Amino acid sequence: MRKQVLIGLSGVALLLLLRNLYVMFVDLPDEVQQGPIFRIIFFHVPVAWTALLCALFAAGSSVTYLVTKNLKYDAFAVAVTEVGLAFGAANLVSGMIWGRQIWGIWWAWDPRLTSMLICELLYAGYLMLRSAIDDPTQRARIAAVLSIFAFFDVPIVVFSIKWWRTQHPQPVVWGGGKMEPSYYNMLFANWFPILLLAVVMIAIRMRQERIHREVEALRRYAHEF
Amino acid sequence: MGLFLRQTLTIAAKDLRSEIRTKEALNASVSFSIVILLLFSFAFEPSSEQTHEIAGGLLWIVFAFAGALILNRSFARELVNDCLDALVSSPTPGPALFTGKAIANLVLLLIVELISFPVFGIFYNVRWLSQFPLLFVVMFLGTWGIVVIGTMFSAMTVNLRLRELMLPVLVYPMMIPLLMGAIQCTTALLNGQGLGGEAAPWLRLLIGFDLIFSILAVALSDTVLVG
Repeated sequence: MRKQVLIGLSGVALLLLLRNLYVMFVDLPDEVQQGPIFRIIFFHVPVAWTALLCALFAAGSSVTYLVTKNLKYDAFAVAVTEVGLAFGAANLVSGMIWGRQIWGIWWAWDPRLTSMLICELLYAGYLMLRSAIDDPTQRARIAAVLSIFAFFDVPIVVFSIKWWRTQHPQPVVWGGGKMEPSYYNMLFANWFPILLLAVVMIAIRMRQERIHREVEALRRYAHEF
Repeated sequence: MGLFLRQTLTIAAKDLRSEIRTKEALNASVSFSIVILLLFSFAFEPSSEQTHEIAGGLLWIVFAFAGALILNRSFARELVNDCLDALVSSPTPGPALFTGKAIANLVLLLIVELISFPVFGIFYNVRWLSQFPLLFVVMFLGTWGIVVIGTMFSAMTVNLRLRELMLPVLVYPMMIPLLMGAIQCTTALLNGQGLGGEAAPWLRLLIGFDLIFSILAVALSDTVLVG
């Protein structure tokens, strides 16, 4: 039953994404200054929102784990962190492709790029730490503490990088602020299937984590004899 | 409160005493920082004017790297003879144990910094003596931040197989805002600008970072140490 629901949800997400692609390339006109490459924003921005949302949920479920000591919340924390990391990477890569076209360079030390990279490193550290601890309850406890530390660090990183970089000359970033309503709607229309995809991935990853823990428990049980 | 303070200071004194007797981490850390200072001279022209602009950055990279050596030892030292288990099961609460260890690390890292600072001044022709009192304030704030994060993560990684590898990977991204604040303040002071004006928000960042993570670390120390 659960499996069918997940397949159904990902099917819906896929159909919506296809429909959005059609609208993006056929109905929506090119942006005046940037041309066709502008369309990358319909993926670039929603995946960033999804990644931020994942960080929020990771911190929330880490705190919940420390309070309840229920490993279900730990499984949720690792699932959202991993999926969030993937979406963050998608955000960075899509941004780099856009930057190559518009700025002429793959990477600029712009505040947003830098802070996103630091966040990715922080949460990659979380996954590395997890893989280095064998005992499930110890792993959950230490990982939860790290996740809380990382979550407090993220806003400080974002603000400080903003201060730091604005003192230096930057490449001319497209001003932003205003956006055509049709573009604006597409941003949210595309966010929905992307979010749906994230939910499906998190559910699959949680199931993996549960099975992984069961295997570990069975192995320990077998070693007792 | 009096008891907490006494327990904290006992732990700090114990750590300092055992470090001063062996000088394991201290010697390694001081020579490592001098090696990095030497390596920098190959990375850029040491006598150029540019050195003054990046002086703060160089110094804090040295301090952060040298700090990792001290912080790695902080809890690992207790593994021999199961001392960590004894400490955790003693009447000393987690926050006192954590704060005591952090204070010991602070003193040790400050010693390393006070040795490598004059060496840096001589090697790179940077005048710092007239600014020393304010520089020491910045050094204290920056070092406390390094130590709070580092001691916490040292406790978190102490039982891991890959302890020495995990600590730097986890600690440096976390410290980036702190290091930026310390770098900006130090560079401003070394260029004779004082801590007002452009450096003021960075000083506030340093203090804010220290406060937030000190509270967080003390609040979570029982979770990490005892479980």
